[in-house]
Amino acid sequence: MLGPVLTWWNGLSKRRKVRFWRGASYVVFALVLVGIVVMVDWGRVVDTMIRPDLVGEQFPKIITIAAKNTVIFTVLGFSGGLAIGLMLALMRLSQSKPFRWASAIYIDVVRGIPLLVWILLIGLGIPIALGIRVPGAYGPGALALSIVVGAYMAETIRAGIEAVDRGQMEAARSLGMSYSRAMIWIILPQAFRLMIPPLTNEFVLLLKDTSLVSAIGVTVTSKELTRWGRDGVIHSANATPLVVAGLVYLALTIPMTRFVARLEKKAARSK
Amino acid sequence: MTKALEIRQLHKYFGDLEVLRGIDFEVDEGEVVCIIGPSGSGKSTLLRCVNRLEEPTRGTIVIEGQDITDPDTDTDDVRRRIGMVFQRFNLFNHLTVIDNVTIAQRKVLGRSKDEAVKIGMENLERVGVADKADQYPRKLSGGQQQRVAIARALSMNPDMMLFDEATSALDPELVGEVLGVMRNLAEEGMTMLVVTHEIGFAKGVADRVVFMDGGVVVEDGPPSKVLFDPEHERTRNFLRMVLEED
Repeated sequence: MLGPVLTWWNGLSKRRKVRFWRGASYVVFALVLVGIVVMVDWGRVVDTMIRPDLVGEQFPKIITIAAKNTVIFTVLGFSGGLAIGLMLALMRLSQSKPFRWASAIYIDVVRGIPLLVWILLIGLGIPIALGIRVPGAYGPGALALSIVVGAYMAETIRAGIEAVDRGQMEAARSLGMSYSRAMIWIILPQAFRLMIPPLTNEFVLLLKDTSLVSAIGVTVTSKELTRWGRDGVIHSANATPLVVAGLVYLALTIPMTRFVARLEKKAARSK
Repeated sequence: MTKALEIRQLHKYFGDLEVLRGIDFEVDEGEVVCIIGPSGSGKSTLLRCVNRLEEPTRGTIVIEGQDITDPDTDTDDVRRRIGMVFQRFNLFNHLTVIDNVTIAQRKVLGRSKDEAVKIGMENLERVGVADKADQYPRKLSGGQQQRVAIARALSMNPDMMLFDEATSALDPELVGEVLGVMRNLAEEGMTMLVVTHEIGFAKGVADRVVFMDGGVVVEDGPPSKVLFDPEHERTRNFLRMVLEED
């Protein structure tokens, strides 16, 4: 019985074989899709995950409080991370061995421990152990984000500085500028121009990572999107608030991701 | 009289490689000295030692009576008084032409913006690119960029100018305009140390020509002697090769 099928198959050209497999995979894909649509109880899904009245209840506060706080954490973490990252990058490039080592150790240690652990350490561990609390409703979360983002950004910034032609530093030094003056006025402005696409990318990643701040205590007014959604789920015994929070994240990240893609295309063209 | 530049027994190693093997030579105030020689002869390294872009391994360099190889010497202060022009221009790409010629005046010499712009414009006029003041370097031709680089160095009022193969990266038709500016500068009495492949320029402008090979000064004298009646076989071979190219 297999005989004629095999003969037919072997008689096909390479191109037709490829087309056959492509067609077969489309059929399987469509069957899975239809299966999901048929088998899932849509009424129940809508009722537990995007119940219209609960969706309505989220607004406007999910924007005016939660999304606003997500953006605040992102901006604070990004600025702090940029400052720490710049310092680490300059230490990494310095002539001084202790500085280079300190920077390398910081980067490895911080990146080797999950962000959530840093957030819990700074938000819960240190207050309990030492009785010290980072001040401000945003303080502990923003600090933890800065510390970790700084370690990741350090490499981006170092690569940006190293991508600036060596002749720029030589020309600046030959005019009598000190190393730091040359760095500030000549090298960094050009390095940051090169770093705009990777840094914007870092910003998008950070925006999503602020989600982890939800693990430590927050006041009602400093809840970010994930905490907002989670508390909403517990309060209403319904997944809708978290689903809406997810959609708000998407509304923030997709435009930025598109923007990065355009920047990268532009950067690639100008090379 | 104090010499503009005195070099004594200068040695420079890159790792195990001895690039400069005991250089001795002097430059008088207002003198134009051209350094010629095959690539790898150490002439660019010598030039870069003079403003300490390269750290000499051994030996002394004295500029107007000041030993700049002394560890206590303020290197930035030395460089401020020596202008340098590079093969690849090295204009600051993120700054306009006028900002290129004013930034060091303002950040290093502390001149006011108005004063720096006034001096910068004078120097841009001197090299013939004042009309490009508001452009970015990438919009300029190589010859124009190099002339801006000369104006940038001159705006610091240097006592001496170093030219490191200033015309080697230029398209042939643009070489003349840069050499012209250098010629004017020499006629105005600037002390100049010029590493170059332009034998014609050395012949017409230099007070002295130095031939370097293998990290040593092989020959040092007036152009008429070094270029037309050299004592050493190595110099003759080099000149024959260079002149055949033209």
